[in-house]
Amino acid sequence: MNYYTTQDHFVLVPALMLALFGSAIFLFDFLVFPSPKQRKYLLIFVMLGLGFAGLGLYHQQALLNSQGLTQIQAFNGALTVDGFALFFNWLFLAASFIVAVASYRYFEIEDEHHGEYYGLILLANCGMFFLATGTDLVTVFVGLELMALCFYILVGFLRSDRRSNEAAVKYLLLGAFSSGFLVYGFSVLYGIAGSTKLHAIAAAISVRDPWDPMVFLALATTSVGLLFKVAAVPFHMWAPDAYEGAPTPVTAYLSVASKAASFAFLVRLYLQVFGTAREVWVPLLSAIAILTMTLGNLAAISQTNIKRLLAYSSISHAGYMLLGLVAGNATGVNGIAVYLMVYTFMNLGAFLVIISLRRKEIIGDEVDDFSGLMKKSRGHAVLMLIFLMSLAGIPPTAGFLGKYYIFLSLIETGHYVLAVVAVLYVAVAVYYYFRVVRSMFVSEPVDKVPLTSSFGLRLALVVTGAMTVIVGVYPEPFLRLAQASVSLVR
Amino acid sequence: MGDHLLSWVLFTPLIGAAILLLIPASKKNLIRLWANLAALAGFLVALPLVFRFDKTASAFQFVERADWIPSLGVHYAIGIDGISLLLVMLTTVIGSVAILSSWRAIDDRVKEYYAMFLLQQTGMIGVFISLDFFLFFVFWEAVLVPMYFIIGVWGGPRKLYAAIKFFLYTLAGGALMLLGILTLYFQHYRQFGFYTFEISELMKLNLSPTVEQWVFWAFFIGFAIKVPMFPFHTWLPDAHVEAPTAGSVVLASVLLKMGTYGFIRFSLPLLPKASINATIVQVLVALSLVGIVYGALVSLMQSDWKKLVAYSSVSHLGFCTLGIFALNPNGLAGSVIQQINHGISTGMLFLAVGIMYERRHTRELKEYGGLGHVMPLYAKVFAFAMLSSAGLPLLNGFIGEFTILQGAFEANRAWAAIAVTGVILGAAYLLWMYQRTVLGQVTNPKNLGLPDLSLREFATFAPLIVWAVWIGVYPKPYFDVLEKPVAQIVERVKPGYYAGTLAAKPPAPAPAAAGILGAAARTGMAAEAVR
Repeated sequence: MNYYTTQDHFVLVPALMLALFGSAIFLFDFLVFPSPKQRKYLLIFVMLGLGFAGLGLYHQQALLNSQGLTQIQAFNGALTVDGFALFFNWLFLAASFIVAVASYRYFEIEDEHHGEYYGLILLANCGMFFLATGTDLVTVFVGLELMALCFYILVGFLRSDRRSNEAAVKYLLLGAFSSGFLVYGFSVLYGIAGSTKLHAIAAAISVRDPWDPMVFLALATTSVGLLFKVAAVPFHMWAPDAYEGAPTPVTAYLSVASKAASFAFLVRLYLQVFGTAREVWVPLLSAIAILTMTLGNLAAISQTNIKRLLAYSSISHAGYMLLGLVAGNATGVNGIAVYLMVYTFMNLGAFLVIISLRRKEIIGDEVDDFSGLMKKSRGHAVLMLIFLMSLAGIPPTAGFLGKYYIFLSLIETGHYVLAVVAVLYVAVAVYYYFRVVRSMFVSEPVDKVPLTSSFGLRLALVVTGAMTVIVGVYPEPFLRLAQASVSLVR
Repeated sequence: MGDHLLSWVLFTPLIGAAILLLIPASKKNLIRLWANLAALAGFLVALPLVFRFDKTASAFQFVERADWIPSLGVHYAIGIDGISLLLVMLTTVIGSVAILSSWRAIDDRVKEYYAMFLLQQTGMIGVFISLDFFLFFVFWEAVLVPMYFIIGVWGGPRKLYAAIKFFLYTLAGGALMLLGILTLYFQHYRQFGFYTFEISELMKLNLSPTVEQWVFWAFFIGFAIKVPMFPFHTWLPDAHVEAPTAGSVVLASVLLKMGTYGFIRFSLPLLPKASINATIVQVLVALSLVGIVYGALVSLMQSDWKKLVAYSSVSHLGFCTLGIFALNPNGLAGSVIQQINHGISTGMLFLAVGIMYERRHTRELKEYGGLGHVMPLYAKVFAFAMLSSAGLPLLNGFIGEFTILQGAFEANRAWAAIAVTGVILGAAYLLWMYQRTVLGQVTNPKNLGLPDLSLREFATFAPLIVWAVWIGVYPKPYFDVLEKPVAQIVERVKPGYYAGTLAAKPPAPAPAAAGILGAAARTGMAAEAVR
């Protein structure tokens, strides 16, 4: 048996690069850049890490395309690069890039600008890589924990801020608890199959009765762990507090990348491993999806803090994506991929505008802080309008496309009632998103302090705004990319 | 221009809006001038459509077709038939008029206001010319956002409530409609093996009656909220009352027509079996009749001038939907003509209300009275608008209502009988409104010394007055343009309709006849046929 073949290395390169540069940042932080002013130059390392990881992904994609392969396996099947994994990895890199470049002014204002921040982002991204690529329980669990540990620290990054500390403790305690469930479920799966490889487990489960109690136990416990990560009701309680307390760039990253990574594994687990037990989990997941949309949308209505509002809205978005999994056909999986892609850009964009509202002496995370934004900064107001329209799913913005796929997949699989409920919650969502719009365009400004701006923030805003519009108006190339991820459905 | 005429029509307002954004916000008059020019250009660019339109052709004209999102089977497919032609022209005319009417009314955030208006023009034209359901839906939803802002930013005291109510109502309806669209789309994939949103392809579907009915109801909710039909009309008075004048004009004249257009373009031809289903027809006709009478009665009771006009829309649009679901050539052609008429007449009424509101800042009817003494020109113009809305012969409203009633009579005499009460009540509330505002002595001293119409204000009415007289006196070109598309729809819904009725009454659908004489002759014929 070969322990580290060329192919293993080829598959591992992106993760290696992320880990390498992430660790390098920890070192260089105090060796080379002792003054806080210089720390933004650490972004060079972030860019290099992301760039090399992207290069690795690019080569993997090129190999898949040129050889006509559906997947490349490594480490005896512990890692599998397929269209699905590649798509999500691209998404993680994009999210990390946007969050990293947009952060430095925010942390300078908070007076907590430390190099570790960038290192943790790269390491979290490395964990996500294993979540999307891993096809072995141990690999996946290590990836998940690596990501989660980075996030526990990041959420509490504002050491002198009570809200941040509280958020970190809540997230840590509940997160550890859910990881316990997940790893217990993994142990049951190992018990069923005698192997930690997903394909072996899938084979072992497929010969069992779908209602087998052991299968159900494994399904229930792993679901609890993963549904916690995507903040689905009733495992959502941590989300509003963590989102509100965490530094805004971290909230953005948490709401997008962590959710996408968990969804990547959730989809793989449900469709590949528990594919034969579909009759068991479809009703269960339908109920959870409905609850998630209901609670997310209704609770968002009464929020006055914009970060909490977006937290509840992100809960409801998870509900929509779960519906794609309920449908479980090619359109549904394609829909989850497209949804996560547009969600990455529009949600990051909305948080970037909130980051711009954080100024010296002004926390800027209440809905009222958006008052009169149109008069204060036309560009920010218009961008925020685009992001909110997209979050609500109004064409011709990108958000409509994500919802389109979900609705279509529900109709294709005959889930008409779910489709009607999902569609009607769009109207509810518009109500609370447009409360923000109303503040921006109709109300008078409450303060005259200009918005925070930096090169990185502007760049990130332009990228997210452009993507939200372009994917909405000319989605063809992006849909092609997402279609590669359908390979998962058999 | 030549080959892409329709695209030019669609995008001229958008280009105008884009250039408008380059003008500095401080140069208000330049912005106003440019917006008016852009709207006028929108009309002028659309004008060749009228001259180059071939009314003898039954296919769509000026068709443009390109791939947009191939992986979803979405096309940029646009084209017009007689129905779309009339509605596109209505949109461009009303758009120009509305923009002209805002010159003095809007002084805050002028640039955004006109940009929203021009954006909305493109959206509305897009709705009327899309031949691809996805494209249609994108325009349908995209129209909501500018209107939300026009009401929400430049509206009256309860503008925020009205704006979000309008938005949520129509959005919820549109979203349910989307499910209907997706069902058709998926059924097409099942039957033909490829995904497409093109109307011409979706027409080939052969659906089970149950599926058709479900899809019909999904469409119904989307369209009926927009029209608005009776139980879904509650957003309308709020939106109208709070919107700025030009917003009300566009809302009533064009936006509501998106709903009736949807019924004619999509519900009937795509779902013919559901459209002739007895229950569905009865429900829709019943709702239309309730709308006609209820709208009229509520109008009669209003003390708010603008709300009165708003509720009259519910009544008039009831005629339009009644005509559609009479499911015969007269009903359909009358419905389309009545849609144009309603756009012209109600547009004028809202302009008239807006002019008084600009002068007095109140809409209470009891505040007015005797305006005829102070503003003689206004009194004449307003009388004209009121009479055209009431359906006085020789003016536009008469032609539409008459043809619809004729169609309804052919379908079921009881329907026509109930609908006629709407005409009578309509005359009642309109005349009473006129009496309370214009006639009599000036009772309120504040009304003394009000300036009469300015040249610009009169210019907003002029094109509509000309148009109203034209339709009233010589409607033949309109019936000619509508003949082919209407015949196609009727043939699709009731195959063999023409073959069957030709024997009974020789010159079957009478659009060839002109004017009142022709119309009168037609009733005679219809009555004979019934006997």
